[in-house]
Amino acid sequence: MLSLAAISAGYGSFQALFGVSLEVARGEAIGVIGPNGAGKTTLMRVISGIIPMREGAMTLDGRSIGGLPAHRVVEQGIAHVPENRRLFPRLSVEENLRIGAFLPAARTRFSEQLDWVYSLFPRLRDRRTQLAGTMSGGEQQMCAIARALMSRPKVLLMDEPSAGLAPIVVHQVFDLVRRIRAEGLTVLIVEQNVQQVLDVVDRAYLLEVGTIKLSGTAAELKDNSLIRTAYMGL
Amino acid sequence: MDIYLLEAIINGILLGGVLALLALGLNLIFGVIDVVWICYADIVMCGMYAIYFLYTQYGLPLPLAFAIAIAGVAGLGVLIHLLIIAPVLNSAPLNQLLATGGLLFFLQSFATLLFGTDFRNIGVRLPVLEIATIYVSFARLIAFAVALTGAVALYFFLKRTYVGTAIRAIAQDREIVGLMGIDQRRIYLVVSAIGGALAGLAACLLALQYDVHPFIGNTFGPVIFMICVLGGLGNMIGGFIASFVISQIIAIGGYYASTELSYVLAFTFFIVLMLIRPRGLFAP
Repeated sequence: MLSLAAISAGYGSFQALFGVSLEVARGEAIGVIGPNGAGKTTLMRVISGIIPMREGAMTLDGRSIGGLPAHRVVEQGIAHVPENRRLFPRLSVEENLRIGAFLPAARTRFSEQLDWVYSLFPRLRDRRTQLAGTMSGGEQQMCAIARALMSRPKVLLMDEPSAGLAPIVVHQVFDLVRRIRAEGLTVLIVEQNVQQVLDVVDRAYLLEVGTIKLSGTAAELKDNSLIRTAYMGL
Repeated sequence: MDIYLLEAIINGILLGGVLALLALGLNLIFGVIDVVWICYADIVMCGMYAIYFLYTQYGLPLPLAFAIAIAGVAGLGVLIHLLIIAPVLNSAPLNQLLATGGLLFFLQSFATLLFGTDFRNIGVRLPVLEIATIYVSFARLIAFAVALTGAVALYFFLKRTYVGTAIRAIAQDREIVGLMGIDQRRIYLVVSAIGGALAGLAACLLALQYDVHPFIGNTFGPVIFMICVLGGLGNMIGGFIASFVISQIIAIGGYYASTELSYVLAFTFFIVLMLIRPRGLFAP
């Protein structure tokens, strides 16, 4: 459903991605793993239109989304949970969720969507009037995911959802990812936490210095000697 | 308590209302777009001229003249954004300051060229009310009530609507609002229009009390900037409170000394406070 063909992108004179291609089928959960600075976050930002791609083609359900600005990409059905959560800290939890439903189509079903994300994350209902910036890291991650879900996307992009969280909370975050998958969403997730991400995704790509080095099913990658030694410390 | 002092305090509160309205507009624009409209007081001047000509020369009823002025200054706000701000949005802050500062001189000179330096008054005389032996100008009372209503309306707009929430969000994290489907450029236009409309509303309230001339912006422009910095630039509630602090200093200073000296006092207070709390009265 989401298809990237030979994408190149960068910042100024610095090139971060060199001809990256990947495919995500409907209902699939795909992981992108790799070291710091490999271009994982850039890849997410290119898909959601925060930074423009320089070369290549990008389609969602066969329709080109390459070159669209960020606010138009969301309209097409791709929601992005950014790195470091990036909640609006001085807005309440519910106001953050309302912003997530800013698009006209999402506004009309706001209360229905709100009930849905509250049923997925009951903790957020308890915290609805609290300022988002005053919550714990795990709760903030929950809120960031919920905010992205408010637009009722077809594809959810998640950039390092476990970063900066305590080990027990990391576990909870991956549980959230499983719950979202169970709702039928297509998920593309970038992670450094290789062991745990390979437990929740169907397939994964290894990104190193801006190029795809390896790809395969989660089971294949778990058995791959390079992945085991370099990324899982086994 | 001295009855004249009480009168001064009441007048100070009434003056604070209009200053607060302008401080809200300036803070809104700064908080969201991250530029300072140095020419803000001068678009108020444009609004006052519009009211003067529509009402005295073209004979429109006053409420209609007011409505046209508010809409006109809102449109002027949009034009300022499109023509002056948008091209320098990613430039150094100094360049942005120079651009809107240049517009200040342009507007003042242009008004002088078109209308001369005459002081013009719309000639509406509202009664002075006597309440328990205290004299209060009805025009000021109206100005205060309308300014407060405007501020409350703005509050509910920012708090309750999608666009209002987006405006607050954009001030907190500019880069990622696009991910929520928000078109930053459209929000900037909305904010510029609201900022202009607030200046237009202030023009209506000031036209009832003061003569308009090309340099009227200079009489309250610096005070508004002082208020905004005192309250913390971009902090709308801080600016709102600071308006009343400054207007009280001006009013009470005017009672004990003279109006001229009261401005000296207000700016002295400002300078001392900046030394103690450089980021404003209400900085966290």
